[in-house]
Amino acid sequence: MISNEVVRHLQAILPPHSLLLAREDLKPFETDGLTAFRNTPDVVALPETEEQVKQLLAICRETGTPVVFRGAGTGVSGGALPVDGAVLLAMTKFNRILDIDPLARTARVQPGVRNLAISEAAAAYGLYYAPDPSSQIACTIGGNVAENSGGVHCLKYGLTVHNVLSIRVLTIDGEEMVIGSEALDSPGYDLLALMTGSEGMLAVTLEISVKLLPKPERTQVLLAAFDDVEKAGSAVGAIISGGVLPAGLEMMDKLAIEAAEAYAGAGYPLDAMAILLVEVDGTQEEVSEDVMRVRDVLLASGATEVRTARDEAEQKKFWAGRKAAFPAVGRLAPDYYCMDGTIPRKALPAVLKRITELSAEYALPVANVFHAGDGNLHPLILYDANQPDAWEKAERLGADILELCVEHGGTITGEHGVGVEKINQMCVQFGAPELLAFHGVKACFDENALLNPGKAVPTLHRCAEYGAMHVAGGKLPFPELPRF
Amino acid sequence: MQTKLSESFRNTPEGQEADRILRACVHCGFCLATCPTYQVLGDELDSPRGRIYLMKQMLEGAAITSKTLKHLDRCLTCRNCETTCPSGVQYGHLIDIGRKIAEQSVNRPLAEKLQRKTLAKFLPQQKLFGGMMRLGRMAKPFLPASLGSKISSATAISKPSHSITQPARKMLVLAGCVQPALAPQINVAATRVLDAIGISLFEAANAGCCGAVSFHLNFQEDGLDAMRRNIDAWWPHIEAGAEAIVMTASGCGVTVKEYGHYLKNDPAYAEKAARVSELTRDLSEILLQEETALRTWLQKRGPGEAKRISFHSPCTLQHGQKITGVVEALLTVAGHTLHPVSETNLCCGSAGTYSLLEPEISTQLRDRKLGHLSQPSPDIIATANIGCLNHLQSGTNTPVRHWVELL
Repeated sequence: MISNEVVRHLQAILPPHSLLLAREDLKPFETDGLTAFRNTPDVVALPETEEQVKQLLAICRETGTPVVFRGAGTGVSGGALPVDGAVLLAMTKFNRILDIDPLARTARVQPGVRNLAISEAAAAYGLYYAPDPSSQIACTIGGNVAENSGGVHCLKYGLTVHNVLSIRVLTIDGEEMVIGSEALDSPGYDLLALMTGSEGMLAVTLEISVKLLPKPERTQVLLAAFDDVEKAGSAVGAIISGGVLPAGLEMMDKLAIEAAEAYAGAGYPLDAMAILLVEVDGTQEEVSEDVMRVRDVLLASGATEVRTARDEAEQKKFWAGRKAAFPAVGRLAPDYYCMDGTIPRKALPAVLKRITELSAEYALPVANVFHAGDGNLHPLILYDANQPDAWEKAERLGADILELCVEHGGTITGEHGVGVEKINQMCVQFGAPELLAFHGVKACFDENALLNPGKAVPTLHRCAEYGAMHVAGGKLPFPELPRF
Repeated sequence: MQTKLSESFRNTPEGQEADRILRACVHCGFCLATCPTYQVLGDELDSPRGRIYLMKQMLEGAAITSKTLKHLDRCLTCRNCETTCPSGVQYGHLIDIGRKIAEQSVNRPLAEKLQRKTLAKFLPQQKLFGGMMRLGRMAKPFLPASLGSKISSATAISKPSHSITQPARKMLVLAGCVQPALAPQINVAATRVLDAIGISLFEAANAGCCGAVSFHLNFQEDGLDAMRRNIDAWWPHIEAGAEAIVMTASGCGVTVKEYGHYLKNDPAYAEKAARVSELTRDLSEILLQEETALRTWLQKRGPGEAKRISFHSPCTLQHGQKITGVVEALLTVAGHTLHPVSETNLCCGSAGTYSLLEPEISTQLRDRKLGHLSQPSPDIIATANIGCLNHLQSGTNTPVRHWVELL
C-alpha cells in the first residue's frame, strides 16, 4: 500500500479530479488490453500539466514510490499493469497536436495523442504517419514509443523506432532531455532506439516528434483466398522473393475471417481456410505492374480466388476487418489471449501446422492473424475466463507457441512488448549475461528501479524459478542459432 | 471479459442480460477513441470501457457511491461506442440496466432529484410544455442567457399539417413531446413531402412522448408507461392497415425502434411492441424507399433555391439507427450542395436533457461541433432531430433546420 504521507504530497500538487484514491474509481484501471492480468492500483494520477508530472516524479523519487505509466490502456502485454505500492500515471490528458510542419514533414505531439489522430490531422497536407497498429484508432503515440509498436504497414515503412525523430523525456531524477533530433541522425549513441520500446522502464515521454510521409499517389489492395493455410503461408514468401515489397501483407485464417467479417462486412470469403491481404502502393505505373505480378504469384501459389478492391471504400473495408480482428474474435468467445511471436518467413507453413496441432492438444481454438510479411504472428487463443483453469490452459498454450517461435529461430515479441506477459519467455530468449547487461542499462537511468518495476526484463532469480518449473527451460533446442 | 455477478443479480433477467453484454467486452479500448466525454475529459472513468468496468464491479456486488452514478450520468448515451466496438457490445442496453441499479443504490442530492423529476414529468407533456414555451418566449428578454438561448423563436407555419389530397397509402407519424412546441413546421414539411409522393401521414389521438425523456432520466417505469400508451394509441391503426410509423425526430425513432426490447418482459405488450418496432421508420428511410417517386416530384416541381448545407447527423440516426449517408443523398437529390464535415461521428452535446443537466460538457461539445459545421460557412445547418436542432441553434446565428424542410 502507498503511504498516507505520499498521498498527502500528491494531493498538494494535483486537483481532486486528477487524483483517484477510492477503490471504486481505481478498479477500472486494474488492467489494460490484456485482461488476464489484473491488479487494482493504489493511486491513479491524471495530471494535466508537465509541471504536475515533474512534481509527481519528484515525490516518487524522494519517497521511493514506484511509478507505472499508462496511455490509452490498449497494450496487450500488460505493460501498464499496476504494481503494488506504485502510482499509476495516466498521460491521457496530454492529447494535443502541437505542430505540423508540412514542409519538413514532421509533427510534434503530446504523448496522449491517438496514433490515428496524427494521420487525420496530417491528411490536410497530403501526409500521414506510417506505423499503424491495429488499435491505432485508440492507442496513444506515447504508448507506441514505449512499446515500439508496429502495424500493418511496417513491412515497408518500419516500426515506431523508424518513424520517430526525437522525444523529450523526463527521468526519475527530474532531468529533462531531448533525445534524437530533427535530422535523421544525431551524434553519439543512438539513445532514441534505446528509449523506443523501453516499456516505461527508463523515463516518461513528454513530447514526441514524428516523421510524416506523403500519401502514395496510388494504393491498391488485393484479397486472395486459399483452401489451405500452409499454401497461404508459402505465398507470402513467394511474393517477397518475387521482388515486390508490399506496403502491407497480412494473413487471416478461417476463424479470424469469420469474426472480422461479422464486424466489418468487408466481403471476405467465409469458405476460405485463409486469406491474404496485399497492399501495393506507389506511382500509377508501379502499382499497375505490382498488382499484376502479385496476382500471378498468388495464383501460382494456389489461391482459389484473387480480387482487387473496387475502390477506396472497399480498400478501407478490407483493412477495417483486419484491424478490428483481435477484438472481433470477442464475438466467438468471451476472452482471447493474443500472442506476438516472430519467425523467419520461410518457417511460416511449419509453424502454422504445429499451432494447429497444439490447438487440438489443448482443446482451445486458435484464430490466426498475422503480419505475414514480417513473419510476425498473432495467434489468438480463444477461451472462457469464467471456466475454471481456462486461463491457465490458455497461458500454457501461449508459452508453447512462443517457445515454438524461438525454436524456429524467431523471437517472443514482434511489436507488443514483453510487459508482464512474456517475461518468463525472456529467460528462454536470453542468457544470464545478456539479462545482466539489460539491468545495467536500466540502472543508468533509474538506479532504484522505480519505473515500471518487474516488467520487460526478468531478474535472474525469476528465470531460475521458471527454469525449475519448466521442462523446456534451460535446454534450448537449436542452441547454435543466434538469439536476438 | 471475466465476470462474477453477485447473488442478487445472477438470476434476474436484468442481471443475466448485463452479464451477457459484459462478457462480450474484451477490454480492447477502441471505444475510448470515439467517446465524446473521453475526448473532452481524458479520464478512463468517463469512457465506455471505464463505465463498463464501473457497472461490472457494481453488478459483482461492490458498494458504490455517487462517483459511479456521476460517471454514468455523464454518458451522453450517443452509442458512438457501439458503432466502434468490434466485438459487438450492446453498451446502450447495459447502461440502461446500470443506471437503474445505480439510481437505486445511491441517494442523489435533493436538488438534483428535483431537477430530474421536474424534467421527466414536465417535458413529455406536450400541452404543458407548449404553454410554458409561449410564456418563455414572452419572458425571454428577462431570462439569463444560458436559459434564454434554449428558447427558440416561434415559427409561423402555414397549416394544415394533415394531408391535403388524402392519398390512399397511409402512415402514422409521431408528433412527439417537445417538437410540436419548438418546431411544428417539421411535421408540416414531412406531411407536405409525403403527400406529394402519394403517402398520407396522420397522427393518432393519445399518442405522445416516445418515452425516451423519462426513461433516460431513470424514471424508467414512466418511460415504459409512455411506450405502452403509444402502442395502445397506434394499435387500432396498425390493425386497420397503417403501412408504417414514421419518425421525424431520430431521437424518438431510435426509442420506438427498440420498444420490442424495452417491453420484452411484459407479456401483455411484448408482441405488440415488437410489431410496432418492426413498422417504425425514420422519415429518411421512407424517402429512400420511395426515391423514384421523390425524384419524379422534384422534377415536376422544378429546382428550388439551392443552398450550401452542412449536415449534422444525430447520434440517434447514425449510431442508434445505423442510418448513414441517406439524408445527405436526399438533400443532394433535391439540388443542394453539401459541405464536407469532419468528426461527423461525434455528438453535438444535446443528448436529450443532457444539455440542461451537464451544461459544461454539453457546451464544449456543441461549440466543437459548430466549429466543424461552419468550415466552410454554410447557408444552413441541417439535422434530423429536434434536440440537436435546438441545441445547435443556441450557439449559432446560422439557421439550423430539419432536413425535410429543405426538400
